[in-house]
Amino acid sequence: MAEYKLMKGNEALAEAAIQAGCDAYFGYPITPQSEVLEYLAREMPKYDRIVMQAESEVASINMVYGAAGAGFRTMTTSSSPGISLMQEGISYMAGAELPCLIVNVNRAGPGLGTIQPGQGDYFQSVKGGGHGDYKLIVLAPASVQEMADMVFLGFDLADKYRNPVLMLSDGAIGQMMEKVQFKPYDRPVVDKSSWATTGKPKTRKRNYITSLFIQPERMEEHNLKLEEKFKLIRENEVRFEEINTADAEYLFVAYGLSARICQKAMDIAREKGIRIGLFRPITLYPYPYARLNELASQVRMMLSVELNSGQMVEDVRLAVNGKVPVEFYGKMGGMMPTPEDIVHHLETLIQFHHAN
Amino acid sequence: MPTEEQVLPETLQELNKPECHDEEYDMVYHKPHTMVDVHMHYCPGCAHSLVHKLIMEVVEEMDIQEQTIGVAPVGCSVFAYDYMDIDMQEAAHGRACAVATGIKRLMPEKYVFTYQGDGDLAAIGIGETLHAINRGENILIVFMNNAVYGMTSGQMAPTTLPGMHTTTSPDGRDVSYYGAPIKVSELMAQLPGAIYVTRQAVNSANGVRRTKKALQNAFKYQQLKKGTCLVEIIGNCPSNWKMTPLEASKFIDEEMVKTFPLGDIKVPKAAETNNA
Repeated sequence: MAEYKLMKGNEALAEAAIQAGCDAYFGYPITPQSEVLEYLAREMPKYDRIVMQAESEVASINMVYGAAGAGFRTMTTSSSPGISLMQEGISYMAGAELPCLIVNVNRAGPGLGTIQPGQGDYFQSVKGGGHGDYKLIVLAPASVQEMADMVFLGFDLADKYRNPVLMLSDGAIGQMMEKVQFKPYDRPVVDKSSWATTGKPKTRKRNYITSLFIQPERMEEHNLKLEEKFKLIRENEVRFEEINTADAEYLFVAYGLSARICQKAMDIAREKGIRIGLFRPITLYPYPYARLNELASQVRMMLSVELNSGQMVEDVRLAVNGKVPVEFYGKMGGMMPTPEDIVHHLETLIQFHHAN
Repeated sequence: MPTEEQVLPETLQELNKPECHDEEYDMVYHKPHTMVDVHMHYCPGCAHSLVHKLIMEVVEEMDIQEQTIGVAPVGCSVFAYDYMDIDMQEAAHGRACAVATGIKRLMPEKYVFTYQGDGDLAAIGIGETLHAINRGENILIVFMNNAVYGMTSGQMAPTTLPGMHTTTSPDGRDVSYYGAPIKVSELMAQLPGAIYVTRQAVNSANGVRRTKKALQNAFKYQQLKKGTCLVEIIGNCPSNWKMTPLEASKFIDEEMVKTFPLGDIKVPKAAETNNA
């Protein structure tokens, strides 16, 4: 059994990148995730890997593009404003089908916002922050352990589908310290020789990386190919966690940090006799629509709790499709609801909908 | 209308059929084998096709096809990878030097070059270019300067000459409004990371020879691992300059070189090049 360490989320993420065989990291400092670059600047050279502080997030993501296009396992991390700057590059990578891992340690916005945690980048992450028809596989860690685990998973999914993977964390998970364990990792063998630009030997045709298909017929063909891939991802990669849903009459739906707070709120509410469960999407894309729809036949109301003005709640409503009321409770600006706040809100809603 | 003497060819193939036959002549020149044998989309008299060929000649002569990775820009030469028979990556607008950094840092033994126009390199991508050169990335930057945005059909570039008419400077570039043209090579040569900076033109046979020599030098200097090579090439753009190819060549000699004088701006020290 691997030993437990006490680490910050950002540091656990960085260590996991090394253990997952990340060949190159390109990044730019921004609070609350600068520890990743600092950790890797210190550690990566020991393994003869590439770490570089780029001149901007725009440069970072394009360096990732170059290295990923040459077939290397590559990562960048940033926080909200920096991730906005990367959207062009992310769209190009999705279009050119390049695997990589991008981590957003979400802070509150819009604009420069604040350095405190937030979940306001949900739409940007799952609905396509850049231009054109593409999807990212989006993983949402709720603990330091998951910030580490999802590095391995993220790289593997990126390679498997030749698509960028985004880990959507937040300033609290990135900054807090928890115990974390690094399990032995068995890296899948992936052959990239049919597309990686490593130099053209006489024996094969040239490889080129591009997202440009100027003839509409070819572009449509490429779009349809991508859609096939996203369909496959939706069929195979949905991940979620359920706590106390078996007997649940009400349901919290929350991801990441909000899910952690809801766990405590659930305990308090259950002590008060409210049979409530917690549904935590682990993949935000693909979203667990089907299971939420099933649960809508069982519970009387769902409450989406988020650190934003109500973003994921739209996906919950899509999943539930009007079967039961879907309500929202959230805080913005880097402020966080207490478990008691959430329970109070829940009780008010129950009173409103089901007092009889 | 065609007369009896002037019958138009029926198909494109017929039009392009060479009039001489190999078996009747000793071949003293051929297109480099490192080029893909397809028709190019470039306008007649455009410098891109010529410079593509020069780069690929150097790659063939140095026998480095297997070790060379190119990065294409956004602009007229966005399709460079359709013509160069090497592994290539197509970068987002202006980001070629960042992409090349990612490739070269992971594969330091390979030859990596970017091919960028003046809009791509000198406007939207000047930040990535400057920082790549400042880091002394061991790459070659081929900078095609024709003082105009070609692909979007003739808008003003950062290198547009003072008073030059473009679709977005219809009364001529007003320096008091838009500033003077950026002399990219002179600017970048100031950075310690640049080891070889030269400006050439391809509007004459001599110019083509000198440009090829510059490209040969720049590829060889990558072996030194001492820094970035920047080869700026003044190119003709008859279509957007609204000139015939001959007028365009003359325009380079008479106008472009006033702002962009030709020649070496920075060369590596002799001691450094001995091993190349």
